[in-house]
Amino acid sequence: MKQHIISVLVENKAGVLARVSGLFSRRGFNIESLAVGTCETPGMSRITIVVIGNDMHIEQVKKQLNKLIDVIKITDITEKEHVERELALIKVHAEPGLQRSEVMQVADIFRAKIIDVGAQTLVLETTGDPEKIFALESLLRPYGVLELVRTGRVALQRGGPGPASRQ
Amino acid sequence: MKTGAAILIESLKEEGVEIIFGYPGGAVLPIYDELYDAELTHILVRHEQAAVHAADGYARASGRVGVCLSTSGPGACNLISGIATANMDSVPIVALTGQVPTGMLGNDAFQESDITGITLPITKHNYLVKDARDIKMTVKAAFYIAGTGRNGPVLIDLPKDVLTAKVAEEDVISGEPELRGYKPTLKGHSKQIKKALDLIYKAEKPVLYVGGGVIAAGASEELVKLAELFCLPVTTTLMGLGAIPADHPLNLGMLGMHGTEYANYAVSETDLLIAVGSRFDDRVTGKLSHFAPHAKIIHIDIDPAEIGKNVNPDVPIVGDAKSVLADMICLAEKNGCISEPWLEQVKSWRKNHPLRVVEDGKVHPQNIIRKLSELLDGGGIIVSEVGQNQMWAAQHYGFKKPRQWISSGGLGTMGYGFPAAIGAWFAKPEEPIVLIAGDGSFQMNIQELATVAQYKIPVKIVILNNMYLGMVRQWQELFYDRRYSYTELPPVDFVGIAKAYGIEGMRVDSVDQIDTALKTALTYDGPYLLDFQIEREENVFPMVPAGAAISDMIGKHNHNGGSGP
Repeated sequence: MKQHIISVLVENKAGVLARVSGLFSRRGFNIESLAVGTCETPGMSRITIVVIGNDMHIEQVKKQLNKLIDVIKITDITEKEHVERELALIKVHAEPGLQRSEVMQVADIFRAKIIDVGAQTLVLETTGDPEKIFALESLLRPYGVLELVRTGRVALQRGGPGPASRQ
Repeated sequence: MKTGAAILIESLKEEGVEIIFGYPGGAVLPIYDELYDAELTHILVRHEQAAVHAADGYARASGRVGVCLSTSGPGACNLISGIATANMDSVPIVALTGQVPTGMLGNDAFQESDITGITLPITKHNYLVKDARDIKMTVKAAFYIAGTGRNGPVLIDLPKDVLTAKVAEEDVISGEPELRGYKPTLKGHSKQIKKALDLIYKAEKPVLYVGGGVIAAGASEELVKLAELFCLPVTTTLMGLGAIPADHPLNLGMLGMHGTEYANYAVSETDLLIAVGSRFDDRVTGKLSHFAPHAKIIHIDIDPAEIGKNVNPDVPIVGDAKSVLADMICLAEKNGCISEPWLEQVKSWRKNHPLRVVEDGKVHPQNIIRKLSELLDGGGIIVSEVGQNQMWAAQHYGFKKPRQWISSGGLGTMGYGFPAAIGAWFAKPEEPIVLIAGDGSFQMNIQELATVAQYKIPVKIVILNNMYLGMVRQWQELFYDRRYSYTELPPVDFVGIAKAYGIEGMRVDSVDQIDTALKTALTYDGPYLLDFQIEREENVFPMVPAGAAISDMIGKHNHNGGSGP
């Protein structure tokens, strides 16, 4: 069992996300994370899916995805040199005073931005790989993490042209 | 200015559609108004499920895309098992459904159902048309997708306001649909084909394992040629029956759960299994780890996702069966029988373990099928329901050609056969059409007697009546201590029912009536129903119990007391 990051270039049409995500659940594959948005080519979107499975499962997932009419191209980024990032927003309990300054120090070390200051809370924005986000979350937990939201991972192959321009 | 409905009918005609099977309703009133005086035949069935099965039967018999039409909500939902049937067996159909007006979508409006959502996992693709200008292009794309690559069902959902909207001629979007994500591979890789041939040259005990892909691709001729070139024994799946004539010396008949003993022995002993347009379905392979355990595997399929799904082949070839087989024949540098001792072995299995036929004065279904095959000389179009009737027909009818055998394989849909027979007749009105049914499955779409009567469709209905849901009863007998839980059916006067619809029929109780009854039905000008009272607890044998190796059959038949491997 290995984690795979699959980048799926799709037609930007209604229902395409349901087609893609439905395929995973129907064939018994769990999606670890999924991120979707428009991409460099008008009319297309890129979906980044993180999925865990053995080689045979992943091969089958890719082939089944390829059968969808609205799927234009699939790249298993895991096998290639790539960069991956995820963004998280963390609302943490931070009373004015010592606690607040400690949280701000942690944020500083992680190069997380403070994007909202409330009477008793701070909202931190951080970007990185999943390990970094996990580490930050662990350090903030003692102060009280009130809410946390993650975008899911996005990834791109390093160097060279992207999948769309290779069409 | 034209309405969306008018554009739809025009677009269908442009795709060469001659016939639609359908059932009217509120949301499709604009389409039916167009059909009123359109040069397009519409067949009114009595249940939407029959419309989709008929379109499917039409497609299987003709090789063209079948079309069905239903209203929104319940009408659309009634298409579901038929769409799933077509999807499992890769049958090209286009299903048109009405929908509530776009402004009411998602509002739980009267007769609204999210049919594109519901059919997402059982269609090759589907469309919800939200703008009348897109209808023409959508129809074009739907027919292209349904009928190319690995064929399959495509659904087009048409909201009522889209059907009534008026569009100026110049605003209709036309031309070739842009399908960036759909590029089926038709031609096999020549390097792979050469690798496959190398395996064939070296094989000592080769077997061709042929599925519905060969029928769909129209590749029977190439298949038989390749088999003859190297004297390769051929076994077919349920879907592949007719790909090679039943009486061809290299034909081993069907393999798998109810396959012939000799086909299953051959596959269990083979050292090279050449799978063509078949998908290693569990009903074929039995216990996967014991399937063709000594064999190298060549897998030829048009769908890349089938390759490696169940079995990892030594040589995968993605491509259309016709093109790949033709290339194999063309690129072959050797020929001639490469496996004399193997052919002798197969021959002896065939001689010593034939299918069981009992002649003891009782009405055995196998004998009815054999007699029918004899009377039609292995011709006609044979449509089956699902269950014992289907297996007996598959085992004992001597199919000569592809597209002669029409049966729900993958989904195993009871109630499929009767409406499919209606569709098949419209595709091939010059051929005799026979439905082989059980008393259980016939009652699943029995209302279509009305359609048959209305259009005078000369289908010959052969009911193998054992007053049981026979196949389930067989499993209960063999694996559930004969506890016949809800599988016994009370007697039904099928002839009386047929008569009520104005259809002739005859009840057959004894062996000496079989011949006359079949002849009467076959020569009768019009539909005819035969209600055969067969041996009630007759079983389909041989049988591979679920999960067993296919060489491990029960109900074996040892002609000379010889035994299998």
